[in-house]
Formats: sequence, C-alpha cells, structure tokens
Amino acid sequence: MTRFATSESMSMSQLELPEVNVATLSNRDRIINDLKAICPGEAVISHDSEMRAFESDGLTAYRQMPLVVVLPETVDQVSQVLKYCHENEVRVVPRGAGTSLSGGALPLQDGVLLGLGKFNKILEVDYDNRCVVAEPGVTNLGISNAVEERGFYYAPDPSSQIACSIGGNIAENSGGVHCLKYGLTTNNVLGLEVVLITGEVVQIGGKHMESEGYDLLGLMTGSEGLLGVVTKVTVRILRKPETARALLIGFPSSEDAGQCVADVISEGIIAAGMEMMDKYAIHAAEDFVQAGYPLDVDALLIVELDGPEVEVDYLIERVSSIAKTNKAVSVAASNNEEERLNFWAGRKAAFPAIGRISPDYYCMDGTIPRHKLPVVLKRMAQMSADYGLRVANVFHAGDGNMHPLILYDANVPGELEKTEEFGGEILKLCVEVGGVLTGEHGVGVEKRDLMPVMFSKTDLEHQQRVKCAFDAKGLLNPGKVFPELYNCAEMGRMHISGGKLPFPDIPRF
Amino acid sequence: MTEIFKPANEQQVVEAVQWALANETAMELVGSRSRQRIGNAMETGCGLDLSDLTGITLYEPEELVLAAGAGCMLADIEKELADKGQAFAFEPPDFSHLLGSKTSGTLGGMVACSFAGPRRVQAGGVRDHVLGVRAISGRGEVFKTGGRVVKNVTGYDLPKILTGSWGTLAAMTQITFKVLPKPETEATLAIIGLENDQAMKAMSAGLGAPVDVSAAAHIPKARTLLRLEGIAPSVAARIESLKTLLSPFGELDVLGRDTSREVWSKIRDVRLLGDEQDNAIWRISVPPSEGAKVLAEIEKSIEVNAFFDWGGGLIWLEVLNQTRACAAEIRGTITATGGHATLIRATEKSQAGSAVFQPQSSVLTMLAGRLKNSFDPKGILNPGRMQSTGE
Ligand SMILES: Cc1cc2nc3c(=O)[nH]c(=O)nc-3n(C[C@H](O)[C@H](O)[C@H](O)COP(=O)(O)OP(=O)(O)OC[C@H]3O[C@@H](n4cnc5c(N)ncnc54)[C@H](O)[C@@H]3O)c2cc1C
Repeated sequence: MTRFATSESMSMSQLELPEVNVATLSNRDRIINDLKAICPGEAVISHDSEMRAFESDGLTAYRQMPLVVVLPETVDQVSQVLKYCHENEVRVVPRGAGTSLSGGALPLQDGVLLGLGKFNKILEVDYDNRCVVAEPGVTNLGISNAVEERGFYYAPDPSSQIACSIGGNIAENSGGVHCLKYGLTTNNVLGLEVVLITGEVVQIGGKHMESEGYDLLGLMTGSEGLLGVVTKVTVRILRKPETARALLIGFPSSEDAGQCVADVISEGIIAAGMEMMDKYAIHAAEDFVQAGYPLDVDALLIVELDGPEVEVDYLIERVSSIAKTNKAVSVAASNNEEERLNFWAGRKAAFPAIGRISPDYYCMDGTIPRHKLPVVLKRMAQMSADYGLRVANVFHAGDGNMHPLILYDANVPGELEKTEEFGGEILKLCVEVGGVLTGEHGVGVEKRDLMPVMFSKTDLEHQQRVKCAFDAKGLLNPGKVFPELYNCAEMGRMHISGGKLPFPDIPRF
Repeated sequence: MTEIFKPANEQQVVEAVQWALANETAMELVGSRSRQRIGNAMETGCGLDLSDLTGITLYEPEELVLAAGAGCMLADIEKELADKGQAFAFEPPDFSHLLGSKTSGTLGGMVACSFAGPRRVQAGGVRDHVLGVRAISGRGEVFKTGGRVVKNVTGYDLPKILTGSWGTLAAMTQITFKVLPKPETEATLAIIGLENDQAMKAMSAGLGAPVDVSAAAHIPKARTLLRLEGIAPSVAARIESLKTLLSPFGELDVLGRDTSREVWSKIRDVRLLGDEQDNAIWRISVPPSEGAKVLAEIEKSIEVNAFFDWGGGLIWLEVLNQTRACAAEIRGTITATGGHATLIRATEKSQAGSAVFQPQSSVLTMLAGRLKNSFDPKGILNPGRMQSTGE
C-alpha cells in the first residue's frame, strides 16, 4: 500500500495526495511538447499565470497547480492524449466546469489536467425518442434550454446548473431538488461515449432504454472521473408538466416538519420537490432576498407539486391539510408563477446568503433515513456548541439528503481544520443512523478518508478491483474516492486454502 | 448436476462458495428456477439454491424502502407492499406463461435478470430501484454496496453492475429497494387499427405530451394503448387532453380501470403470444422510433407474431414456422439502430448457433471480461451464462 504524502504546495489544509512521480516532473518539458504535437494551437497551457484558473474546483480550500493543462477539441485528441499518458505513465485528472464540491477535479502536481470545456456542442435533439445527444462540456441548463422551444426539459437540476457540465454531472451522478420524483443523473442517462485510459473509445447504451451485458452506464455514472473520460452523452428529456405550484409551510419544530414530510409520502403523494430549511438558514435567506419567509418558525418547508391543474390543485389542498394536522403555523400556496418562484428564491439563494454572514462556509452533503432528522439535528446542534462553530441547515427533505453549512473564518488559524473535523463528525453521524457519506456531491478528496466509516476493507476492495478492470495502472484521477492507493496485481490475487475443503455442513439435496 | 447446496443464512453461502473455490467446482445459482430457461447452457458441478434466504428485514413505507432476503418470493413481497398501497414501480413481469414456470420468481432472480414491465418508460427499470445489495462474490467474500437511501453517490454504483448480471458476479443475499405508492386509479386510451409506423408516431406524441403517460404499447392490426395513472380527477382530465391530441390518428376508445389493469398485465406478462411452446421468443430493445422499421425488416425474411411495448422501444416477438431461432435475421436488423435482442425462449434444437445475448463490441467484451474476472477470478459463478457479452 502506498500512503499519500502531504503535498507541500497545498496552501491550506493538510491534504495528502499520491506521492509525486519525480520522473514525470523532470520530463515536464518533453511531455508538454509531445502534448502540443497531439493538440496543436492554444490547447496546451503550461504557464503558471494561465494554469492558475485550474488550480482548484468548487472546494476552494484545496489548491494545487497541475503539471500542464490540455484542452482537446476532438475525441481523437482525447484518445491520443490518454494513450500517450498511459504509455508514459503520466497521471490524468479530467475536468468539466470545475464546480465539484468534493475536490473531484483537484489537479495533481504530476498530472495532466484534461479540460473538456471545448466539447460544448449539442449534437442532436431527438424529440421522437425524447432524448438529447450532447458533448460533455455542455452545461446542465444548456440541455434544457436546447429543448425549451418544444416544452421539454432535462430533469436533474443541480443548483449549479448554469455552470456545471453534463460530463461532470455524469461523473458525480448529480442530483437536484426534484430527485424524489424524477431521479438523479443516473436515472436519466441513456448512452455514453467514453475514452478509456488506453485511448480506446467505447460506446455504451444509446437511444434505447435498456442495454444488455453488465450495466456499464450505471457504473460510469458516479465514477468521479476514475474509470474513463466521457466524450458524448445521451440523456432523456421530459415534457414540462402543465402546471407547478408550491406551498410554503412554517413549523414550530423540525420534528413537526419531518413528520409532515413522512405523512405526505405515506398518503401516496410524491411531490416534485420537498425542501426544508432550519431557522438559521431561513433568517439568512430572508435577510438576503426578502422572499417573505416567516421568521417566527423553527423549520420551513417548501413543497412543490406538478402535473395537470386539477391534480395540482387537489394535492395542494391535501398537503395543506396534512401540514395543519402537523402543527403548521403558516401555510401559503402559490397562485401564480411569480409567487412560486418567490417561494424558491430564498432556498435557491441559501448558500450565497450564508456566504454574506460568514467569511467562509463549508457545505456538507450526507444522506440520512428521513425519520432520523430530529436526532441528527439535535446532535448536530450539540456538536456545533462543542466546536464553537455555527451551522445552518438546508435539507432535501423528500429524499433525506442534508446540506449542513458550517460557518467559519479561514483567516483564524486552525479554524478550517476544526471545521473539517466537525464536518467529518456530521458525516459519521449520518452513517451511524443508517445513511451515507455523500448524497450528490461525490467523495472526491474530501470524503476519501471517511470511506472506511461506511465500507469494510472487503467492500472497498470489491470497488477498487473495478477500478483495476478499467485502469490497471491507476493513472486516472488517483487520490480521489479511495483512502489508499493500491496495487492492482496484489489486489487481484486470491488466497484460497491450500488443500480441498471438506464438504461444508450446509443443507443440501 | 450432483449436489445442490441450500444455505440457510449468509455465512453458509460464504462456506459453499469457498468450498466451490477450493475444489474448483463451478456453481449454478438458483432462486426458484422461474427463469432458468433463459441464458446459455452452463457446465457446473454443483448448485447454489438461495431460496431459503428469506425474510423482510426492513420495510418502512413512509421512507419508501424495503430490504429483504434474495430468496423471498416476488409474489409474497408484492402482497406485503400492496397491503400498504405500494409496489415496485417498474412492474416486474411474470414469465410463467412463456417459460412454463410455476411462480414469478424470487427477488434475487428479479434483480439478476433485470426485466422491467410497461412502466419502464415512465418509472425506469429494475436498476433504477435497487438501492443496496449484500452479496458473496466469486472470491468467497461477503461485501455490501449501496445503502438504504435514494440519494447516495458514495463509491461506485455496484448495485447497478449486479442488477442484470445473471448471477455471474456474485450471489446476492439481501437486497434493498426503493418502493413507490401504487397509483390510485388508471385508464387507457386505445386507438383502433393503426399501421405500425403510425402507431409509433401516436405513442411518441403521447409520451411527449404533458400528460404523464405511464405505458404505451401497440398490438399490430389491433390497438395502440396509452395508459394514464394517478388520482381519479387527474386521470380523467388527462384522458381528455390525450383524446384531443390523438384524435387525428384514428378512432378512439377509453378503457376504464379494470379493463385497463387486465390488458396491461397481459402485456407485462407477455400473454399475448407464445402459446406454441416450441416457437422461439425474442425480446428486442431498440430506440422507440425505430420499432416499426425493425419489425418490418424482420418480417421480410421470417414469419413472426409480435407486439410493441415501451412506446415502440421494446418488441416481443415469436418466430413462426421455423425450426431455428433465427438470430441472424433478427440481430441483422438492429445493428444499424443500436439496441439488442435477447433470446428468451427456444428449444435445445432451435437455439443451436444462436447466442442468447446480443454479441457486444470488442471493447465492451474486454471490459465485461475484466469485470467478471475482478469479482469471480476462477469463473465459478454461473460461468458462461451471459456468454457473448464478454462475461
Ligand atoms: C454553488 C454550487 C451548487 C451546487 N449544487 C449542486 C446540487 O444541487 N446538486 C449536485 O448534485 N451538485 C451540486 N454542486 C456540485 C457540482 O456542481 C456537481 O458535482 C457537478 O456535476 C460538477 O460538474 P462540473 O462540470 O463542474 O465537474 P468538475 O467539477 O469539473 O468535475 C467533477 C468530477 O467529474 C470529473 N469529470 C468532469 N468531466 C468529466 C468527463 N467529461 N469525463 C470524466 N470525468 C469527468 C472530474 O474528474 C471530477 O472528478 C454544486 C456546486 C456548486 C459550486
């Protein structure tokens, strides 16, 4: 096992990255020239001043300058770059728009940063098969925009949708506020073109609904750039619902809000979105955008219902009455699009709103079984007091995905480290109550070292061997997802007891 | 086959697999044998019967989650779910008519074979509802993957790889599912007498309309069916919108709840064809808009009985008056469109020379082979069952 070494250029936190390959560093000039031969023109960026823009992603606490940045324009170039890196044992970090919140696109000092930004075209809109074929650099919103004229949209809607790329969405299996009803990225992808680290190009799926053989589409989605580089994506598009209305409901406690969500689901109602905010988040958002949120409540729930008008109107009534039986102190229903968007305005601005009241904040992303919310909130409040750090909570209440935002000041020595420790404790708590470390932001470098909290060594080895099946040399995005680098040959070995085992004592025929 | 192990718990599955490993004996994994006829013939030295791994370990209706032993009978679980007004949203089919089996199978079989019914177009397939799995790989080790919550991106999504792996990677012992409320009611709009290509257009129009069509099938020379589900006033309103939209296509008829349910269960369970047990049955998945074209091509060379589900994207096809399964004629037509054809039923004789699964590209074959090797390096779990996919 190779332990990670602490990188010297890590400007803030003490993150360990894979030990730098010295040979690669000393061959830097040659590698740059070779890459320029594959990708001519301005595609290879090697000056510090220009590479600076790529030194971190959405998890800005971590920074690292790459060996070199390459921005290919064709699949053939991607293939040749990867083949070259494979042959020369050079590491590669794929990058979309760089909005990852888990450090998935954090560069490596000895790694080529492969940016997919120039792959920004919609290749085909196919209304007959209700799908769009796009290059990976197209933004998430770009897909919806391309089909808006005919009333269609692409369902998964991460808050970063104006900026994040569909390729990055595939890599992270991104979600959004409509996941409970419309699924995550993985439930909306039909086909992929992927370039393997060897340079081989593979077509997975297509416009048909189900593929045979092992579900590589499912495996690639959420693989965080460790298995291959996505160069083409086919996603399913949906017709926009006829109407959407939202309810804004205030509760005296998060327990009541949580019970309301459970009751709505028990009644067989699958809302398009159910979002909860705690007192802290409500106040910050209201101060920022004046959405008209009630300030005398402990928890605020936004419930969105969509579909034909009769259905939406009927469900608005039903959910309102469920809310009232759960002690709701205020219930408002949107009566037009403007009101609906206004209900959402505060929630959508929750992160920047927190950003206004604190020099820095750290966004967590665990998922819990929904009914554990009250316990988790209570223990989180205790931890907040213990660490002396404030937390605001926004919560995808329909699916149990929580986003605690820890407020801190990076200029106070030691506060970032304390924040990270606090964050780690929150995620451990999520796992303890039956949940998971990450609901939609990915493991990346951020949660890498917590993986053993959720998985045994054997569990992790079964995952790591999958990586070996795609990338035996471990060149694609190493240092992400798994707590330790590993040797594929060693991991593949089997330890079978020497002689033949006697027949086990198991019922048989 | 000589011996069949029937473990009573997970630990015994581990012991059985370790025994098979040490003795280099391949195992055939079985649940209730409801789908045993599908897939390539295998040479195995013993059996691993997982049907005693039963029991619901977790069912929280308000959390939409159910976890149960892989050996649970699907019918029993569906009953438990129905008691709480819930169901597996992908409408798992019962192939007993086609395959002559006595039951609709176990949960393990349902996941391993990954067949979804008509609601696939709206709610997704089996893969979209498996949240977590505990399994014993061909290395004789227990591992878990996924979890019990819908939003989970922690590590690779191995439940997806196990779903549809036909028992070739691991023996699943426990599976956690996302379950959903059963629609309160339903109705179906039928268009009468459309030609196949017109039917594809009508289904496409319906599926692309803001009325949330939950199933779309076409029975050639008979009816094109579009199902709407939900609460009564909503279904009624949407049927009206759909009528307006589709009236230019032809004469319309509305099937009320009970008739609608009956028709769709026949479609789901493929009871519309295949009475003649010797005729080969194919299940063909193509881009929906290509359905009619693909069938027309096939009909140029062989005589068949067929119908469409999934808005044209799924063709169920029975080969008539042939002693062969006719893989070449069928697969030849879909190379251009993309997709695959699976041989669901054949006699030993008619199957000769026809791969059960669609042969894959060389890169996919290579990747599949490496995946198989990573989970089951000695090839002791259902070896060859998925042959031609690279397994
Ligand atoms: C303000 C803000 C709000 C956010 N809200 C949400 C939200 O609501 N829901 C949510 O799920 N996420 C959210 N995110 C996180 C982030 O936007 C998503 O993870 C997004 O999918 C990342 O896309 P990207 O193009 O920026 O990818 P990058 O950050 O560039 O890369 C992410 C990962 O994908 C890999 N990758 C990128 N492109 C490719 C490719 N073509 N082939 C292979 N691997 C590739 C990278 O190596 C890296 O591991 C938010 C982020 C921000 C900054």
